This record gives sequence, C-alpha cells and structure tokens, in this order.
Amino acid sequence: MTSEKIRVLVAKPGLDGHDRGAKVVASALRDRGMEVIYTGLHQTPESIVEAAIQEDVDAVGLSILSGAHMTLFPKIAELLRSRGAENVVLTGGGIIPKEDVESLRTLGFARLFGPGSTTDEIAEYIESEVGRRRAAANH
Amino acid sequence: MDSLVERFRSGDRRALARLITRAENRSPGFAETLDAIYGSTGRGFRIGVTGPPGAGKSTIVDGLAAAFRAAGDSVAVLAIDPTSPFTGGALLGDRIRMRCTEDDSNIFVRSMATRGSLGGLARATVDAADLLDAFGYKQIMIETVGVGQAEHDVMTASDVVLVILYPGGGDSVQAMKAGLMEIADIFVVNKSDHPAADRLVDDIEQMLELRARRDAWRPPVVQCVATERRGIAELVLRIENYKSAREAAGDLAARRRERREAQVRRAIEEELALLLFEKSGFQDYITRELDRRRPPYAIAAEVVNLIKNSLKHAI
Amino acid sequence: MPSESFKKSNEVYNKKASAAKSREDAREFTTISGDPLDICYTPQNSPDLNGGGYDDKLGFPGEYPYTRGIHPNLYRGKLWTMRQFAGFGTAKDTNERYHFLLEHGQTGLSVAFDFPTLMGYDSDHARSRGEVGRCGVAISSLADMETLFSGIPLDKVSVSMTINGPAAIVWSFFIAAAEKQGVHPSKLRGTIQNDILKEFQAQHAWLVPIDHALRIVIDTMEFGAKEVQQWNTISISGYHIREAGSTAAQELAFTLANGFEYIERGIARGMNVDEFAPRLSFFWDVHLDFFEEIAKFRAARRIWAKTLKEKYGAKDPRSLLVRTHAQTAGVSLTAQQPENNIVRVAYQALAAVLGGTQSLHTNSMDETLALPTEKSVKIALRTQQVLAYETEVAHVVDPLGGSYFIEAMTDRLEAAANVYFKRIAERGGMVNATKEGWVQREIHRSSTAYQKAVEDGRKTIVGINRFVEEDEKIEIPVLKIDPKVDEISSDNLRKLRERRDAARVKKALDGVRAAAKNGENLMPRFVEAARSYATLGEIADVLRGEFGAPVEPAF
Repeated sequence: MTSEKIRVLVAKPGLDGHDRGAKVVASALRDRGMEVIYTGLHQTPESIVEAAIQEDVDAVGLSILSGAHMTLFPKIAELLRSRGAENVVLTGGGIIPKEDVESLRTLGFARLFGPGSTTDEIAEYIESEVGRRRAAANH
Repeated sequence: MDSLVERFRSGDRRALARLITRAENRSPGFAETLDAIYGSTGRGFRIGVTGPPGAGKSTIVDGLAAAFRAAGDSVAVLAIDPTSPFTGGALLGDRIRMRCTEDDSNIFVRSMATRGSLGGLARATVDAADLLDAFGYKQIMIETVGVGQAEHDVMTASDVVLVILYPGGGDSVQAMKAGLMEIADIFVVNKSDHPAADRLVDDIEQMLELRARRDAWRPPVVQCVATERRGIAELVLRIENYKSAREAAGDLAARRRERREAQVRRAIEEELALLLFEKSGFQDYITRELDRRRPPYAIAAEVVNLIKNSLKHAI
Repeated sequence: MPSESFKKSNEVYNKKASAAKSREDAREFTTISGDPLDICYTPQNSPDLNGGGYDDKLGFPGEYPYTRGIHPNLYRGKLWTMRQFAGFGTAKDTNERYHFLLEHGQTGLSVAFDFPTLMGYDSDHARSRGEVGRCGVAISSLADMETLFSGIPLDKVSVSMTINGPAAIVWSFFIAAAEKQGVHPSKLRGTIQNDILKEFQAQHAWLVPIDHALRIVIDTMEFGAKEVQQWNTISISGYHIREAGSTAAQELAFTLANGFEYIERGIARGMNVDEFAPRLSFFWDVHLDFFEEIAKFRAARRIWAKTLKEKYGAKDPRSLLVRTHAQTAGVSLTAQQPENNIVRVAYQALAAVLGGTQSLHTNSMDETLALPTEKSVKIALRTQQVLAYETEVAHVVDPLGGSYFIEAMTDRLEAAANVYFKRIAERGGMVNATKEGWVQREIHRSSTAYQKAVEDGRKTIVGINRFVEEDEKIEIPVLKIDPKVDEISSDNLRKLRERRDAARVKKALDGVRAAAKNGENLMPRFVEAARSYATLGEIADVLRGEFGAPVEPAF
C-alpha cells in the first residue's frame, strides 16, 4: 500500500500579479497525477522556502513576470540549500531573457520554461528529474 | 530512518515534514516511527474545522491561527483537499488564504490530499496530527475537504469540532441535513453581516432543540466575519470553555480513546486488505471465480469462511 | 424579413456547403474563444436589420445606440490617439523616452509604472528589491513625478497612467506636479486606470481590501467631477481580464459589469449619473480573432449606451459613450521568431481601427523577451502610422457595418454578455462574485481550455506548434535595465527625506489617516500629502494600517 506521489509547490515570487501561467501549469500538473500546492500571489523568498519545507515537496516551480528573477530566484535557491533541501527540483518560467537563463543554470535552475512551452514538457521534466533524484537518494 | 526521528526530536521542521510524507505514503517503517513518538503525543489540542464549500473554513482557520499565535501558542494546520479519482492528482490551495503564516515560522501548515479516503480527511491525517502533537505544536487545526457531504472522520480525529455555516444560499441547510448537526461541538455562523444571518442562527438553535447528544454539552453558536477577523476572539473563548468543560466531565479522554480505537481498527483493516488482496492469492481467486460466472456473495462467503477457519486455529 | 424562397435556397446552400470536404489541416472552425462559426453568413443571421431593426440596433455613427461609433465622422474629424505605453528605470530614463516618442510623432503619453509603485511600495522598501524600474518607471514621490514630466507641458499633452491600487495617490502626485508647472487641475487631460475590480479579478496590483478600495475609487470620481473635469477617472479595463485568459464574451461581460458597479456606487454616493459617467472611459484588448474583436467593440458600445440610458437614466449623451483605448494582445506574441509579432500586431491594430477605437497602443515585437527597445517601439508606432496614412481605411466610419457576419457576431456577443449579467446578478453582483473567486475561476477555465486547444493542435500558433524552427537563434537586441536603478532611486529617496519639511509630512499623513477613518473624500488629503513630499509608501502604509491587506480568494 506504499504510494509515492510527486508533490510540487507552484509559487509566485515578487510583486507581479500575473497568475495565468502559474494556474494553468498547476492545473496541468494535477491532471498528470501530482499533488500541487499553490502559494498564491506576491510571495517572499522566505515564505516560499518555508512552504516548500513544510509541504515536503519534490519540486518547486516559480512563475515570475516582473523582471526581478535575478534577485529572487538565486535567493530562493540559496535559502533552500541553507535548509538542507538542495535535493528539491527547482524550475520556473516567465519573461526571462536568454542570458539570464544561462546565469540561473549555474545557480540551481537546470531548466526554465519560457513563453510557448507546453504543460506536457514541464510535467515530463518534473517527473523525470524527481524520478532521477529519488533513485539516486535510494542508492 | 532513526536519524530522521532524532532530527525530529531536536526540533527540525524538515524532519517533521518528511515524517508526515512517510505516513502519507505508508513508507516502510512508518508505523514503527509513529509508535516511537506515541509517548510524546497528547499535549496538543486538536480542533476540527468542517462545513460546506464557500463557508470560509480557511479564513476562520487563518483567524484562529493569528489569535493563538498572539496568545503565544504554536500552531499547526492540516488542510485537506480532494484527490481527483481520475488522475490521482490534487490541487491544494488552502495556503493562499493563510495570510498570517507569511512571516511566522511558528505556524506549520501542511496540505494533504485525500488519496481516495471518503470521510473528509486523508488516510494519514491522524498520523500527521500525532507527529505535529509530538513535535510540540499546541494548537492543531484540521480542516476537512468540505464538499458538503457528511465528513464524520473529523469527529474522531479531533478534540472539538467546529462546523462553519454561512447565511444565504442553501448550502448550509443542505449541510445540516447531511449530518453536520450531529458532529458539531461549536457552530460558527460566518459572514454574519449578511441580512439572513440571524435567521440561520435561529434555524440552528431550533434544530439543536430537537437533537439529543450523548453528553451534556450544548453547542454554542458563534457569529463571525472571518475576513475582518470579527468574532474570532469569542470563538477562541468558546473553544477554551468547551475544553475545560469536557475535561472536567471526563469526556475528552473518552473521545481520545475512541480515536485510538479507530486508529487500531483502521491499521488492522489496512494490513488485512494488503494481506488478502495483494500478498495472498485471493485477488486471483476472486477473478477466476467471477469468470466462471459464480455469483459475488457466494465468493465472498467462501473467502470469509476460509479466513474464519484459519483464525480458529490462530486464536 | 427574408422571403420563403430565400429561406429555401439558403437551406439548400447550407446542406451543400456542409457536405463539401473540409481541408485536412484544420481541425475545427471556431472563433479564438472557441465558439463555432457558420460557413457563410446571410440575411437570415440578422433578419431584423432592415427597417426598424436598423434604428434600434445600429443607428448612425454618433447616434444612439452608437453601435457604429461614437462620432458622426470618426477619423475624418480626428484620428485615433497613438499612445504607446512606456516606462522603465528611473523617472529620468523614462523622461528621455517620452521626449523621444513625442519627437517621433506620438500624440499622447502613457505611463507604465514598476511593480513596487503599482503595489504601493517605495523604491527602498525590502519588497522592492530587484523590482525597481524593471517593468516600468519607479515613482515614489512628487519629486519623481516632477522629473518624469520635466520639459513636457502638462496642459498640452494628455497623459494616461496605468495605476490601480494606489491610483488616487499617484494621481495626486501628478496634480501636484502640474501645480508646480503652473497648470491648474481643470486644464489637465488624461486618464488614471483606477479600475480596482479587474485588479481583484485578473491583475492583482492592489493595495487594500476590495470594499475600501472601491470607496477610494468613488472618491476619485467625485473629486474629478468637481476639480479635474477633463480627466478620465476610471479606465474600465477588459484588457487584463482578456490577457488573464478570458474569452471575448467574458471580457465584454465582466468589463461592462464592472462599469455598471462603478455607476451604481457613484449614484449611491449621491451623485447624478451624468456628473461622472462622461468621465469613464474603456480599455479593451485587441486579440487575434479579427472579426470577433471588431464585433466586441461594437457590442460594447451598444450595451453600455442602452443600459446607461434605460437602467441608470442617463440624460447626457456623453454618459452613453464607450470611449475606447485599445491595446494589441500581449499574450498573442511569441518569443519564437519574434519578428512575426510585427505582423500579428498589424492585424490587431487594423481590427481596433475598424472597431472604431479612440486611442491605440501597438505592442512591440520583443515584449515576450523584455521591455521593448527604442527600435522595436518605433516599428510599433510606425505600424499605426502606416495604417492611418497609407491604407485609406480610416476614411469610412464602421466600414464593416451591415456585414451579415459582423452583425451576427455583434448580436451573439451581446447575447452572451446578457447571459453573464444574469449569472453575476444571481451571485449577488460583481463584488460578491469577485470575493468568492467565481469571476477568477471562469477566466481560469477559459485559459486552460485555450492552452489545451493549442497543445492538442486544434489552435495553431505559428512558430509554436506549426512552422517551428528548431534550434532557432533569436537575434534581436534586448533592452537592459541598469541594475543601479535600485540604488539611484533609494538614494534619491534618502535625500528627499532629509530635505523635506518633516512636520508638514507628518501633519499631511495624519490628515490622510483621519479621512480614512471618518469617511470624508480622501483626494484633497492625498494631494496635500503629495505637496508635502510624503512618499507613496508612507501614504499607502497609512491606508494599509487602517484597512488591512487584500484577501486572495480560493483558486
């Protein structure tokens, strides 16, 4: 009767209120069988990380369109690491210029999903990445 | 596993969260862990919160959490949402309305999906509450799914049950018909600035006249406007009254005993189901017999007889 | 009415056309909102247009019910205002961009504020970190507003400001900045968006809970009617509702329903509807479905005019007019093959003009990558100029009026909006429907359905799910915001706090607090606070302290 669900936190850091993408992705991940916790709008890095810890999620998906990603994303990665949760898959999307995507890659965001991404791509990425990390953790 | 329990005991919230996940997943060893921390449970007070959709359960919980924090108590919340029967996924959105948690790490909020449980809670809700209790949280709130049907599991899972209703719209009346009247220890009429609020209060009082309770407690009706946190102080007071009155009467201990009995029964059921349908050959046997056009009750009777016979030898 | 023989031949045609084979690469023939379309439209789709039906449903341009337009000669009298939304970095950076735009023939200004400003935080607030000047210009006080319009005479240029939660405060900065230029409030022309209902429904740049927020909006309406008579005090906006994922019908219905809510609250405040209704304007999205969008503009004019006249008893014809600003649909742009966006924007702009807009913003091709560069903004502006001066489309008013298809589509959208009005009423009105999250869930339902249609390939987006270029290198330059903006803005604020008259600031803030408590109109208090150089964050904090924080409803 053991059952492991993938738990994902979908979070909106920063001050922008555009939640169309976050909500579409949250619904799509639920439809793929995941348990999706949605934080609501205007979250600080601290509140996002505390939620990720309390909810013991496998992945955190950040959605931002305010241009503050280079401040907020690294802060969230750093806080997760400091809480010993570096195993959590970190990803995100929004209006993020290419060179920022490159910089964020070295800061714990192996993959980001820009405009035009499909919800399937996002779900498949989370599934495979969580699967890989769980397998590694069991060894 | 042991190091996780150690970290749990040293106050690591991440270890607490991970142990709740293990209970949810029924991971190997979860039962031993729960037994290991069992001795530390019983200090927290468990408040069940139920009611029809749109009644404002999360907002009431948010208001209570802020009030408890202001009084210096640590607070934990278990918020249950439904799992989709088709995809197995769930959208857990109760954190959105818990404003007071944003910059206070002394509030622990955990969202749980029902994962097929039908009584309004998740299978592991009592386990999760035990973990929060043993961790040291003083006020533990359990918010049920709230789809408006009878959600009776919350009665055994908590020390007090708040039923949240709201005026206008037929949902509250529907909820009362569906059996929420019987499980309420305290009624909350939320959105009580609505013109039909007094009428709803009257309806509740009248229904209370007609129903008998096992104990001598008469559920009070508290009026709130949760979005403005009006009425929350009175609600806290009513919860405290309830607690001391039930403690004095010895009912609280009885209620907790019932919870443990239900937990033991449930653990046995789970194990037996596992044994019968997954580890033994009964599932194959049932399929085979059905294929032979044998009627269902006959198959069931035969399986039960087989088990009875083997039990005779065992006990 | 069509004759019996016509009906018969129409039926024969319909059978024949439906039986004919459809091309294989089209999976469905619907509007972008997902509504099915007939193969061909005929007089039977709008049988009542001849005779009395014409007067009742269309009227002449500039005449009730204004379906065909709000002016008799429309663009022959005055072209639409070409108004590009712009703002980034510090007030000084944006001031330079404004001078650039005005030099290139733009005819009005439109201010984009950064997120801290939109949310009522000063540039040096902890929550502003990383956000200052990123998505718009950072304005924390009157001093910033003075810089923003330095060298721009505020009695000559109309200014639109996209601001909502703290709209009343930022408007006060503007009024005070004009005073400094020697311009009296009665000479000011422009718009504050100030449409708080759609913020709760779609965009979420809010300040205080909805009921208090609405009170402040009505304060601005009342103040504007008396003191700033040429100002549009609310720009009732469908744009954000549509961008959040609604259908065209939802955009139409929710926006108009929001408008009716403001009308009712204005009347409840004791004002005559004709005192304030003429100063309400509208802001619509122009999406890709060409005909649906044109019909949407026409349906909006008809519904608003009829409702204002029949339900709210407006007598002044100006109260009945849907004066429109339009912006091309940001969500329709692609990050892939971004130059294609120029083409999308051009079609959308054409739809807005054929729909009879008074003002237009055309998006720049690079807006899915970052804020636009000067070059891409210029192309967007030139798109409007080509449309206005080369295509000859602006000479005839409502050129598609009388088209069987356009008239049927206009009727259909009107009917769909009426169904929504009924559902909203059943939910206790727009404010209640918003508090419960119903409006938001309706929008979410549509956005999810559209995403599914794209992912299933039922809807095509060039460069996304067809005609994709693998390993495409995007080679257009992207605007970079100076990372020092945070620092510069914080520094300016620090200096301002040192040099201003602290006692006057305190007195002004106490005045705001007192008015917040006792219910008097807040606007004069805000203007006095602006004059004292109290900052946006300081004034907003008083409101947050008195009224609390907004509540996000369940998802």
